[in-house]
Amino acid sequence: MSAPPGPTRGERYDAIVIGGGHNGLTCAAYLARAGRSVLVLEAAGRLGGAAVTREFAPGFRVSACAHLLHLMPGRLVSDLNLAAHGLKLAAERLPSTALSAADAHLPLGPEPGGALAALSAADAAAWPAYSARLARLAAALRPLLSQTPPRLGAGAWRDRAALLGLGLRLRALGKRDLRELLRIGAMCVQDLLDEHFESPLLKGALAFDAVLGTNYGPRSPGTVFTLLYRMAAAGEGGGLAQPAGGLGALSQALAGAAAAAGAEIRTSSAVARILVRDDRAAGVVLEGGEQISARAVVSSADPKTTFLHLLGSEHLDAGFVRRIVHLRARGLAAKLHLALDGPPQFARLDAAALRGRLLWAPSLDHIERAYNHAKYGEFSSQPMLEITVPTIADAALAPPGKHVLSVVAQYAPYNLAGGWPAGQARFRELLIDTLGALAAPLRTQIEHAELLSPADIEREFRITGGHWHHAELALDQFFMLRPVPGVAQYRAPVGGLYLCGAGCHPGGGVMGIAGRNAARALVREAA
Amino acid sequence: MLTESEPHYRRPLLPTPFHERARALSQVDSFIPWAGYTTVDVFTTVEQEYFAVRNAASLYDLTPMVKYRVAGADAVRFLNRLVTRDIGKLRPGRVAYCLWCNDAGHLIDDGTVFCLRAGEYRLCTAERQLDWLLDSAVGFEVAISEVTEEVAALALQGPTSYSVLRKAGVAGVELLKPFELGTFTLPAAGEAPLMVSRTGFTGDLGYELWMEPKDAEGVWDALFEAGRTRGIRPIGSRALNIARIEAGFLLPNVDFVPAEHAVFVGTERSPLELGLGWLVDFGKGHFTGRRALLAEQGRGARRRLVGLDVEGTKPAHNALLYTERALRRQAGSVTSAVWSPTTKRNLALAMVDAPHFDSGGTLWAEIYLNRELVWERRVVRARVVERPFFAPSRRRATPPVEF
Amino acid sequence: MHRHDAIVVGAGHNGLVAACYLARAGLDVLVLERNTYIGGAAVSRRLYDGFTYSNCSYVCSLLRTEIIRALELPRFGLQIIPYEGGCTLMRGGGHLALYDNHDALRREIARHSRRDAEGYDRFVRDMLRHCRFIKPLLLRTPPDPSSFRPRDLGELMWLGRHFNRLGEERLYDTLRFFTMSCADMLEEYFESEIVKAHLAGSSIIGTALGPRSPGSAYVLLHHYMGSIDGAVGAWGFARGGMGAITQALAASLEASGGRVRSEAEVTRILVRNGRATGVVLAGGEEIAAGIVVSNLDVKRTFLESIDPQALPGEFLEQVRRFKIRGSSGKLNIALDGLPQFPAIPQGSPCIRGDLHVTDTLDMLERGYDDWKEGRWSRSPYVDMLIPSQIDPTMAPDGKHYMSVFVQYCPYRLADGEWTARKRQAFGDTVIEAIARHSPDFRDLILHAEIRTPWDIENEVGLTEGNIFQGELTFDQLLFNRPLPGYARYRAPLDGLYMCGASTHPGGGVMGAPGANAAREILHDLGRDA
Repeated sequence: MSAPPGPTRGERYDAIVIGGGHNGLTCAAYLARAGRSVLVLEAAGRLGGAAVTREFAPGFRVSACAHLLHLMPGRLVSDLNLAAHGLKLAAERLPSTALSAADAHLPLGPEPGGALAALSAADAAAWPAYSARLARLAAALRPLLSQTPPRLGAGAWRDRAALLGLGLRLRALGKRDLRELLRIGAMCVQDLLDEHFESPLLKGALAFDAVLGTNYGPRSPGTVFTLLYRMAAAGEGGGLAQPAGGLGALSQALAGAAAAAGAEIRTSSAVARILVRDDRAAGVVLEGGEQISARAVVSSADPKTTFLHLLGSEHLDAGFVRRIVHLRARGLAAKLHLALDGPPQFARLDAAALRGRLLWAPSLDHIERAYNHAKYGEFSSQPMLEITVPTIADAALAPPGKHVLSVVAQYAPYNLAGGWPAGQARFRELLIDTLGALAAPLRTQIEHAELLSPADIEREFRITGGHWHHAELALDQFFMLRPVPGVAQYRAPVGGLYLCGAGCHPGGGVMGIAGRNAARALVREAA
Repeated sequence: MLTESEPHYRRPLLPTPFHERARALSQVDSFIPWAGYTTVDVFTTVEQEYFAVRNAASLYDLTPMVKYRVAGADAVRFLNRLVTRDIGKLRPGRVAYCLWCNDAGHLIDDGTVFCLRAGEYRLCTAERQLDWLLDSAVGFEVAISEVTEEVAALALQGPTSYSVLRKAGVAGVELLKPFELGTFTLPAAGEAPLMVSRTGFTGDLGYELWMEPKDAEGVWDALFEAGRTRGIRPIGSRALNIARIEAGFLLPNVDFVPAEHAVFVGTERSPLELGLGWLVDFGKGHFTGRRALLAEQGRGARRRLVGLDVEGTKPAHNALLYTERALRRQAGSVTSAVWSPTTKRNLALAMVDAPHFDSGGTLWAEIYLNRELVWERRVVRARVVERPFFAPSRRRATPPVEF
Repeated sequence: MHRHDAIVVGAGHNGLVAACYLARAGLDVLVLERNTYIGGAAVSRRLYDGFTYSNCSYVCSLLRTEIIRALELPRFGLQIIPYEGGCTLMRGGGHLALYDNHDALRREIARHSRRDAEGYDRFVRDMLRHCRFIKPLLLRTPPDPSSFRPRDLGELMWLGRHFNRLGEERLYDTLRFFTMSCADMLEEYFESEIVKAHLAGSSIIGTALGPRSPGSAYVLLHHYMGSIDGAVGAWGFARGGMGAITQALAASLEASGGRVRSEAEVTRILVRNGRATGVVLAGGEEIAAGIVVSNLDVKRTFLESIDPQALPGEFLEQVRRFKIRGSSGKLNIALDGLPQFPAIPQGSPCIRGDLHVTDTLDMLERGYDDWKEGRWSRSPYVDMLIPSQIDPTMAPDGKHYMSVFVQYCPYRLADGEWTARKRQAFGDTVIEAIARHSPDFRDLILHAEIRTPWDIENEVGLTEGNIFQGELTFDQLLFNRPLPGYARYRAPLDGLYMCGASTHPGGGVMGAPGANAAREILHDLGRDA
């Protein structure tokens, strides 16, 4: 491999990337491939950020934050040749199953088949048209996710072309689909589902993806958008996948790709401050005091951390800081990890379904009521759950014969009244009881339980507010409004500073797109 | 909690600590609201009051001026990020006229920053700013509180203002240079402590006096006693307005709309457009609006606030300005206008489009005249001239000349 | 048989506005009203000895000035009396009043938060900016974004330019505003809970959303639209009650040669050869007309008044999906005297404005949670007004009429149909909420009319009792209102038009839908102004 071109004008690096999460590593890999000298600085002792596999009980390992891979575009995987850098899938096209308390569980997917017909003939009849239309709308929105949001009203040729392209693409949907998109785009998912289906179990499961990772319930307008967003991001039939070795393996592959392209990566190197010289980012100061200079700095940290803590408001305009302060970024999902001495026993669930994703959201009302609590700073008394048993497909994550249960639980508001230290144990037990009701002997199988509240996620992954998307995913914080107007093009107001984290378009969900787009912005500007 | 002599829903405007004195001297009962207080518009006649500013001494109740205390370890950093000038250079005992802008580089307001002592400042503004100041304070260790009601203030302006202070026994005030402040006592008012700054809004020799509200009436009485033989007069806002136009000073909501209040698109103004570029220090580090102002500087100004010398004697209030007598192409409009009794010129401040704002250029003003209720239109020549229109040397002389 | 040029079904304010414009253009117009009285939801009713109730809508804030002027309503008796301020009574005895005088208001808010007193100025500025953006859209027909017709393309281009004129920063702010929740929006201006709670009230009125639901910021703006003209009388009572508006409209109509017939219930709109040709009344009488204009909501118009065979199936499916949810109730109370509110200081004019008792955003939001569960809010948001303090025609001397708007009250209860007993229990809940702030209130009550969404549907004809003839969510606004592809006031049937609040720009006694529909009709008739 040839050495990357050396930095110029006395700077040590062309770019420093703050944060070795998947977006930071993706960005570093693309920058290095474009011939830049890059240094990645990761605060933790291991790489991966929120895409990480770690031991939570002796011999038990789990993807500690994100636990499924479904949103990374295949283009990115092939661009960076991640397979060559060790990315292997333990399982792909994982099924999703809606759990029912007493009746038959409902497998979801493009062809739910006989199970749905058994549940409701009308729903089975309505399904093909519904899913086909949503798939078409999602497909039309898909290019939006990977593009850099244009600026509005700025008059640049590139921005106008992007807007025109967007308009033409939507028009190409045809009259009916366009009208439907414009109608349902900002609607609540409950209304959409009520228009098509009658079965509570089906509607609960379909609404699940619309509210997962958001501070909204199925009756909140805008949740059809979040649903379409996830569908668009999931790509053409890519579906859910589980990397062998957990999500950390993805980060390792990304790190491998970055390193192979010439990027330098340092762990245990927390950045204290971004250096600014002549209104340009000029490097960083580490918490130990070490200064490292660079021509540009790219931050994969969340926007509040980047601007308010690493950069400092004195380098920013007051109105911009006001926007950052008001950026909504309060997590609402908790993560439960259980070390089990055997496979969990979900009643009436077939073995194939256990490989995939199990959803506990038996009705729209169930989710809405779970959400009600979050509005008042309480955790849900009957939460909704996304359950995976990663050890089914990847036995190496636990000692032989033993299993790991990895659960995302909503709603667990960051600003819990009374604070998380006081609520932690109660919520953990509540979750175990909820799971226990679905998989009866569960409590006796547990060797160890770990609950990560949003407060823990904030601490462990250094995300202000503990929100996986770094900033609430909602229409008013999306596309050219993400994270806040003025920086949606990945460029900070301070010259030479870029954002590449989930706080940017298109958001979190282990996509890597923000990392790639930020790299493009940097390369284009420096060119 | 605000002062509640009478409930606000019955009496929305507060009286200043000088209100009883002012009411006693008011002959025409002409009061106007200013920043939540009721203040005098005219005491007797505008002309008499104006000439006190230029020929003797005038006393103007400045209490409604909104005052903030800014203190803390980051006070200088905070102020430097807020205003466009370098506050790092402002030593204790000095005052600086400052501007602050929003992100787009549009003027929010102007005001004065007093450095009371290291780490403690007072910011005086015409409009309330707490919302913006607190939002600007995110990330700074600084405490900001409004102290308007805790500080009464008077502007003593005019050629005999120094003599009045000396007569009243304020020792050492002759050493104050323009934009300096000092603390004194007023023997004639029971040794009332008095902060005096050599600042003002008239462009003349003058002082601003800052005191505790309880001392207000005593100070007022002492000054009138001392000024009896030096032509002292209370003045209202109308007279002051003539003086400030002569001095070329801007008034928010008259010469520019504060950017935080603008509703229409495109009405906000930048310091560069207002001809206040000399108050913008691009070299001091970042401040809010700096990047936008740099970009604007690069583009070149689209319009500028200029002084006009208008033909004839009729003030060009609200006049539209044109590039030619036929009034085909509008090139701006007048924001303030007055017949200047001292310079005997017909003056105006006007916002003029590029490229017509260079000194020496000629524009045509369309003026509407009310002649005994018969309205007439005049089209007169208006020459772009340098500001200030009036700047007597006595305003800067230290020690001041006895007058 | 006499054939009218146009029949308007329903003598609500929008029907009358449309009829007035048509009559003024020279059409022979007949308005048909089911009830014995006209006015729809803008009525003054004498339901108790000597008292006049504005028993549906209760303030005149949104009626477009352009319409008042064009139809010469002042000449026909309309007089609007501005009212000052308003107030939220707090649990525990405090209050926040809103005064018209800017300095009084600043000092009032400063009692709760000095910062918010100034944040309020920024809030008002931004609301004015958004209003200024919206206002030109109110009296325009929304374009169909999926159409290639020159008129739609032209209108889309106009809309694009209208957007672009805002400049980059404000464009983003506008996009954010229209997709935000009211609670999130208010957080950006205020720290004090009571200030947020007071302002958020307007974001839920008539709406099946909570203050934390995205889109509720727009609903707040919808209620603010009236105050933008800056003209005196923008917010006020119509002297003589809300019926004075429809009475003036009827007088204006008659002066232009139009006619209103009450007790004439239209049971069916006649269709012949794919064209609306008239109507059939309840008694069987047929009336022929060149065109039929429906002031009824879209569900009532298309699902109940017309042969389904005459309409495309897909269209009917869209109509069925139209969201028109009852979420509001109303109490009209005759009082023996002016109730005491100890929290309101003596002499404060805020008692003449709108009074509220919900003092936190959570309280409003919990009220919505109750509605979602199919029950009325246990601590409801009430918007009380006592117009008889200003307008002596509303009650006998010394006595008072109180209008109490209530949010939330469901159309369908989780525990079965509405009954008289449940209606009374709902009324008791509201009276209790008020009585908590007024010791003598209960004793002063002479008569109370309690109206649930079910009652409003039955009496006024609004489906589910929805006061806006359809939810004001984005999927039902602008070109989506009432239905995508049908936002141009035309039904998918020749000669049939919609002019109710189901159409753009929606409800609130604005009159704009009626005016817009008339403009489109005249366009089709080749009589463009």
